[in-house]
Amino acid sequence: MSESMNEPSLPLAASPVQHTPLRWRTTSLVGRILLQRGLQALVVAALVGTLSFLMMRMLPGDTAFRVAAARYGFDMVSAAAAEAVRAELGLALPWTDALLRWWHHLLQFDLGLSSVTGAPVIDEIVHQLGHTLRLAVAALAVSCAIAVPLGFAAGLRAGGALDRGTLVASVLLRAMPPFVLGIVLVTVLAIEWNLMPAGGHHVHGALLMPALTLGLGLAATSMRVARNAMASVAEAPYFAFARVKGLTDGQALLRHGVRNAAIPLVAYLGVQLVYLVEGVVVIETLFAWPGIGHALVHAIFGRDVPMIQGTALVMGLMFVALNTLVDLACAWIDPRVRLARGRR
Amino acid sequence: MNRRFFQFDRHGLGLALLLLIALFALAGPWLAGRAPFEQDLYGVLQAPGLHEPLGTDHLGRSMLARLADATRLSLGLALISVLTAAIPGTLLGLLAAWRGGWTARLIGTVADSVLALPGLLLVLLLSAFAPGAFWPLYVGLSLVLWVEYFRVTQATASVVFASGHVEAARLLGFGPGYVLWRHVLPELLPLLATLMSFGASAAVLALAAMGFVGLGAQPPAAELGLMMTELLPYAAEAPWIIASPIVVLTLATLALVLLSDAMQRRHA
Repeated sequence: MSESMNEPSLPLAASPVQHTPLRWRTTSLVGRILLQRGLQALVVAALVGTLSFLMMRMLPGDTAFRVAAARYGFDMVSAAAAEAVRAELGLALPWTDALLRWWHHLLQFDLGLSSVTGAPVIDEIVHQLGHTLRLAVAALAVSCAIAVPLGFAAGLRAGGALDRGTLVASVLLRAMPPFVLGIVLVTVLAIEWNLMPAGGHHVHGALLMPALTLGLGLAATSMRVARNAMASVAEAPYFAFARVKGLTDGQALLRHGVRNAAIPLVAYLGVQLVYLVEGVVVIETLFAWPGIGHALVHAIFGRDVPMIQGTALVMGLMFVALNTLVDLACAWIDPRVRLARGRR
Repeated sequence: MNRRFFQFDRHGLGLALLLLIALFALAGPWLAGRAPFEQDLYGVLQAPGLHEPLGTDHLGRSMLARLADATRLSLGLALISVLTAAIPGTLLGLLAAWRGGWTARLIGTVADSVLALPGLLLVLLLSAFAPGAFWPLYVGLSLVLWVEYFRVTQATASVVFASGHVEAARLLGFGPGYVLWRHVLPELLPLLATLMSFGASAAVLALAAMGFVGLGAQPPAAELGLMMTELLPYAAEAPWIIASPIVVLTLATLALVLLSDAMQRRHA
C-alpha cells in the first residue's frame, strides 16, 4: 500500500488539460467520501439493529417479564405490568411487524430504556462516549509521539542501528495483544515501580496507563509504516533534488519529506482504527475505565439488549466517523488524491 | 545476500517456534502427569520447581497441564477458523473472478458490509446470544476473516483468467479444472498461506481477548486470556505464574506474525 501511495507525481505533469476547476472537483470528492461512509453507517445500523432484534426475540425466558422485572423491580412485577411492556415493545406482534417497528425506532434514534437501570440508553451512552473519546484521542497522541519521530529517524538511515532496533521492538510489540501489554505495564509500572495508578478514573493521572497501553500497541505498526514512507522519500529523486538545489537537511525534510511521508501514515490510520476500537473494549475492561466498551461488555453480561444495541451501534458509528475523518485528511494532505479521483 | 539470509531466518524462526508450541501443547499433559482441573489447596502459588516445572496457580492446579490444555484449545480454534474462512472465501473469490459482473458485485457488497463493523465487535454481539459458548467465536471469526481470502483470490484470479496463457490453454481445449489447478493455484497458494498465518494469529488473539473480558471460555476451563484474568490479582505476590500464559500467548502470536511477515516479503 505504501508503495502505491508514494509514487512521485510525475504522470500528473503530462496529464491532459484539466477543464473542471479544482474547487469543484474537491467538493465532489468530499461528497463521494461522505456518501460512501454514509452508506457504511447505514449498514452498521442495519446489522446491529437486526442482531439486537434477534437477541430480544431469541434469549431464553419471557422477554416481557424480564424487561418488566428490570424496570419495576422483581417484587413489583405482575402479569398486567408484563402485558403493558409486551404491548409497548410490540412483543406480541408477528416478527415482520415487530422488525419494522424496531427499525422505525432505531432510525429515529430512539434507543429505548436500559433494561437493567431503567435509564434512557442515550443518556448513559453520551456520558460513556466522552470517556472513550478522551481515551482514544490520548492513545492516538501517544502513538504519534512515539511512532513519528522514531519511524522517520529510522527511515532516514535505513538499515542502521536504529532501524534494526525499532524493527525488533515493533515485531515484539505486535505479538502482544493490547490486554497483555496492559498487564505487563501494570505489573511493571504500577505495582513494581509504583509510578502510576493502575486503574479507575477518578484518580489523578488515571488516563496515563490505558492511553500508554493502547498507544504503544498502535505505535508498533505505524512506526514501521512511518519508517517505510520516509525511506522511500529519502530515495526519491525529488528529495535528492531538494538537497542539490541547496536546501539544508532540515528544510528539505520539512518541505519535501514530512508531507510526502505523512500520506501513507495517515492512510494507515484507517487500518489501525480496527485495532483502536477493539482495543478500547478490552483496555477499558482491564483498567475499569467507564467508557463505552466497558459498558458493552457489562450489557452482554446483564443481557441488557437495548444497552447492547446502543453501545454497539455507537461504537460502530464511531468507527465509521473516524474512518471518514481519515479519508478527508488523506484528500486534504495529498492533492493527487483530489485530482486523480476528480478526473475519473 | 545478507538481506535474503535475514528473511529466511525469520521464516525458519517462525516455523520452529510454531512447531515447538504445538509440541508443547501435545506433550504437556503427559509431562505434567496431573489433570488441568485437579486442585491442591495446600500448595497454591508455588514457584516453579522440580516437582511442578511451571509452578501452581491460586487453586494449586498444575500450570504446566493448564497451559498445555489452553495452548491446544487456542491452536485448535485457530486451525478451525482458518479453514472455515479460507475455503468459502477462496471458492467465492474464484466464482466472482470466473463469472464477474453481478455475481462479483453482489459478493463484494456482502463482503463490504461485513467489514463495516470491527471484527471483535461482531464476535461480541454474537456472543450475547450464548455467553460462554464457542460457536459465536467460530462464526464471528469466519464471517470476518473470509473477506480477505475472497478479495485476494478475486484480484489474483481475475488477472490470471484474463491472461494470454489461460486463453491459450482454453483454446487448446483444457477445462476449468485444469486451468484452476495449473494456472491459478500456483499463483494463489503463497498469498493464501500468508493470509492463513495472519488469520490464525487473529483467531488466537480474539479467543484470548474474549476469555479475558469474561465472555469466552468459562472458569474451570483452561484458556490463555481467562487464565490471565484469574491470575491478575496475584501478579504482585507471584509474578512468575501470570508470566507463563503471557509468554505462551506472545510466543504463539510472534511465531505467526514472523511467518506471515516473511512470506509476504518473499512474494511481494
